[in-house]
Formats: sequence, structure tokens, C-alpha cells
Amino acid sequence: MPPWLSPEEWEAVRLSLSVALRSVVFGVPPAVLVAWLLARGRFPGRGLLDALVHLPLVMPPVVVGWLLLVTFGVRGPVGSLLQEWFGLRLVFTTGGAALATAVMSFPLIVRAVRLSLDAVEPGLEAAARSLGAGPVDRFLTITLPLISPGILSGAITAFAAGLGEFGAVITFASNIPGQTQTLPLAIYSATQTPGGEAMAARLALLSFALAVAGLLAAEFARRRLQAWLGREAR
Amino acid sequence: MLEVTLRHGFPGFTLEASFAAPAEGVTVLFGPSGCGKSTLLAAVAGLLRPEAGRIALGGAVLFDSRAGVMLPPERRRCGVVFQDARLFPHLSVEANLRYGLRRAPRGAEGPDFSEVVELLGIGTLLGRRPALLSGGEKQRVALGRALLSRPRLLLMDEPLAALDQGRKAEVLPFLARLKQRLRLPILYVTHAMAEVDRLADTLVLMQAGRVLASGPVEEVAARTDLPLLGARRDAGVVLACRVLRHDTAQGLTHLAFPGGELAVPLATVPEGGPLRLRLRARDVVLATEAPRGLSVRNILPVVVEGLAAAEGHAAMLRLRAGPSLILARVTREAVARLALAPGQAAWALVKAVALSGPDGEEAPDD
Repeated sequence: MPPWLSPEEWEAVRLSLSVALRSVVFGVPPAVLVAWLLARGRFPGRGLLDALVHLPLVMPPVVVGWLLLVTFGVRGPVGSLLQEWFGLRLVFTTGGAALATAVMSFPLIVRAVRLSLDAVEPGLEAAARSLGAGPVDRFLTITLPLISPGILSGAITAFAAGLGEFGAVITFASNIPGQTQTLPLAIYSATQTPGGEAMAARLALLSFALAVAGLLAAEFARRRLQAWLGREAR
Repeated sequence: MLEVTLRHGFPGFTLEASFAAPAEGVTVLFGPSGCGKSTLLAAVAGLLRPEAGRIALGGAVLFDSRAGVMLPPERRRCGVVFQDARLFPHLSVEANLRYGLRRAPRGAEGPDFSEVVELLGIGTLLGRRPALLSGGEKQRVALGRALLSRPRLLLMDEPLAALDQGRKAEVLPFLARLKQRLRLPILYVTHAMAEVDRLADTLVLMQAGRVLASGPVEEVAARTDLPLLGARRDAGVVLACRVLRHDTAQGLTHLAFPGGELAVPLATVPEGGPLRLRLRARDVVLATEAPRGLSVRNILPVVVEGLAAAEGHAAMLRLRAGPSLILARVTREAVARLALAPGQAAWALVKAVALSGPDGEEAPDD
């Protein structure tokens, strides 16, 4: 713990990192699947799925949080089942904060993966087919490695954005110190507290630094992977 | 034996083609761009599903629209070499080569890794990434990758079309070598006549979605009634020859073909080996009396079988030398002056220097 942060502030930073990391770990696999379906699939309702995935980008985050509350709340259709079967409660928990963050950053990952999927020459997959590779084999050995820069940069961008998710988290998971009070929520609380300006400023500076570092890391990682893939070798 | 019959509609034209390729040798699908030959190849590979038809390879049915059979490409065991090599950019040359090998069925026969690397001369490239290869090198690696998947049939879709003249000359000898060394049937799509001359055993001539003619290349190439061949500036026949002996002192190689003997500039094929010779109609001169005192080395007794009008003031003569057919282009004036008619005995004169074997430099066709 750095000496210039109080235990509560450090707790908020730690929680933010944990929530953002979890949201990315659980968000990436379904995002890759959805991106693949949108890029390669031909099925009815594809346009609808596309719109649905991108909804969190354009809807007020508070509305997303409210929809999650209605669905995953203790009395919600999914929430009540989770509670009954697994004893799992999402509302007002760190897991809930991670879920809200994952939903908000989902379109960011899908977009990045889809862009790199569109850049994969379909002829390469046809070549793999003619060499005897079945669909899963093809995806794992050709498509996945070729879109890995997109997955990585999408994941890092989503992580950086996830550190700062506010509206959906506070609506769905509330603002409980040590449980769901992430960086932006702690900043908000600090601004509401008399004499909290210094704390708010420190935390704001910290989120700024984290965001910039995240974006730089995403670009660096994408370039390294791209070079490893041999695309920019010449 | 590959048997293909299919119909497939495109906006503006319909492909309706049927042909058979023998179990050995190179079958070339030849025709102008957009005649449907690449579509035929894609259908055989399974990368395109035709509207109707049947494709069978050996005893196995790959596609049959009436029986509802459509074997996916990964189970057809047809190796494909595409015009744009399509090497996997994230894998080294060696990993690219082994990609098909690892997925080949157990017990499938075919050349092994070191044999293919040696055959294609790609030993020094194994550790490189495809992005660092030249066009010709890429195409050789793609060829090796397809071979190592142990296919029952090798499909090549204009493998040289994207290469410049120099790179073409670099890859072509490897294809010729491959054809001699491996007993693998090859279906080869091209619109370049030089590749037909060099590689084809069987020729399938296509135009506007239809098969105009198909059969052994010596027969099809000699047909003057076919628009694609008759109008060629360098129309001619291909003779399957055998090397009799090399005369290094005179710089000549003596060849035998069914119907006579020919002397050509020194060739690299060993004595007794096969050599395919392209005899262009414009390089053949006709005499109605036994010629004497000429510098011309090759004088073949022939019988005039028929004559057809060629473009301009020329005529195309079909000459029979034993079982072989030779074409000669002469002026119509000469036909009238010599009173040439079918059944007439004559002598065909060919300058030795006009001939070049498949290993010699070939004039670019297009």
C-alpha cells in the first residue's frame, strides 16, 4: 500500500482492479463467440443480436443497472433461480459489480474482436479446410491466433474502461465500501463528504493514470502480437 | 479417375460442364478468364456447392446432388494450391508444411517431409515466416503443404498467374519435376498456353461455362477447328518423344517420336528419357518433292490429311507422320501453287533451332 493513500482509498483501488479484471475474464469468451456469430454467422435475428450487444454503448448506464436489478435481483427471474440453485446473490456484492461492469464493457470487446475477424482473410480458413482441418480445429489453430491481437486490445480497453464504470455499478451493486465501492464510486462519495476534496483529487489523478496506462498497454500489446504474427514483418 | 458433371448458375451465365480426368498425370482445365474453370476446381475441392451434378474420385462420391451427398472439403483429401499461396502468416514455413501432414489420415501414402523439402528446394526457408518469402518461394511452400496432406488428388488454381515472368520460370521446373516424380493425379487450371505445353497430359478446353473439347493433349492441341487453339499465333502440336542420344560435339539431341525422328538443340533429359516437344505450325515448311541440298536437318515424310483456312491469307495444313499429327501454316497462295490436296505425299521441313524442349527457354505466350 502506497503511503500517500489511506486504507479506504487503497481498498477502492484494489476493488476497482478486481472488479475490472473479473469482468474481462468472464466477458472475453462470450464476446469472442458473439463476435464470431456476428462476423461469420448467417441466421435469423443476427441484426437483433447485433443491436442488443451494442445497447450498453448508447443506453444510460443507470438504465442498464436497473435492467440488471430487475433481472438478477433477488426477486428477478434469473436472480431468484441463482439464489435457489447455487445460493448465489449478485445484488450488492463484488460479483454483482463485476457483472454490471462486464455488461457495460461487453460491446467494446465484441467490436475489437469483430474488426480483427473481418481482417482475417477467409481464404486462409478455406486452405485449412482443404488440408483436413474441421471447424473447431480450424478455429483454434488459424482463426483464434490471427484474431488474438484484437482480443487482447479489446480486453485491455475493456479493463481500463471497467475501472471507471459508475452508473450501472451504483444502480445494481450499490455503493458499499470494501464490497462494491470502486474508484469512481469512492470519488463520488468523497465529493459528497465535507473536506473530501483532497481525497477526490488523489483518486481522480489515480484513475486518470490507470486509464492512460491501460490504453498505452493495449496499443503496445497489439503491436507486439501483430509483429509476432508476421503481418508487419515487412 | 475423376469424373465431374455439374451445373451451376451465376448472374449472367451458367456453368454446365462435364469431363473425366485419368487416374494419372496432369489434366489441365484451359480457357479464358471467367470461363468457369476455377469454379469447377472449387467444386471438386468442396469449397463451392454446385446447384446440381455429381463428382466422383476413384470409387468415392464427393458430391451428388440427387443422392444429397456433399462431402466437406476437410474430408475430400484434395490438396489445393491457390493462386495467392494462402500460407498461414502466424506459422513458420515448417509449421505450414506440417499442418496438412499432421491431419493426414493414418496410413495415407505420400512423400515424406524431407522428400518434399528436397523436391521443392525449400530446405533453407523452413525457419522463416511467410511474410519474408518471395512470391515464387511462397508458391513452392504452398505446393509442399498441399502435397504433405497426402491428397488423393492435387488441385492447382492458376498457381503461377500471380507471379511475374521470372518467378514463373523459377516455379515451373518444380511442377514439371513433381509431375515426373510423384504418381499423383493433378487437376490444373490455367489460361496460359505455355503451362499447357509444359505440363498437360490431358487437356480440357473450356469457353463460357462449357467444355469445348477434352482428351489427350496431343489430340486436342492439334485440332484446328477449335477457336482457342486455331487462332493462336503459335498454334502447333505437342509430340511425346523419347531421347535417343545426345551428340555433344554437334550440340544436338536426337529424338524419336511415333512417326519419325527429330534433331533438336542439346537437351538436359537423360538418354532414354521422355521429352515433350512443341512443334509450332509456323516453323514447319512443306515440300512436294524430296528436298536435297538444304541446311534443314529435320525432313519428315508426311501425308496431307486436310487443310483449313487460317486467319489472314494463311492456311493450316494437317499432316500425318505415321500415327502422329503435325500442323503446318502456309500461305493460301502456296496451297494453290503446289495444288495441295488431302492424300498427297509431301515432306515436312523443320529447322532444328526452331525447336526447344520443355527444358529450354520458352517464348512467353501472353
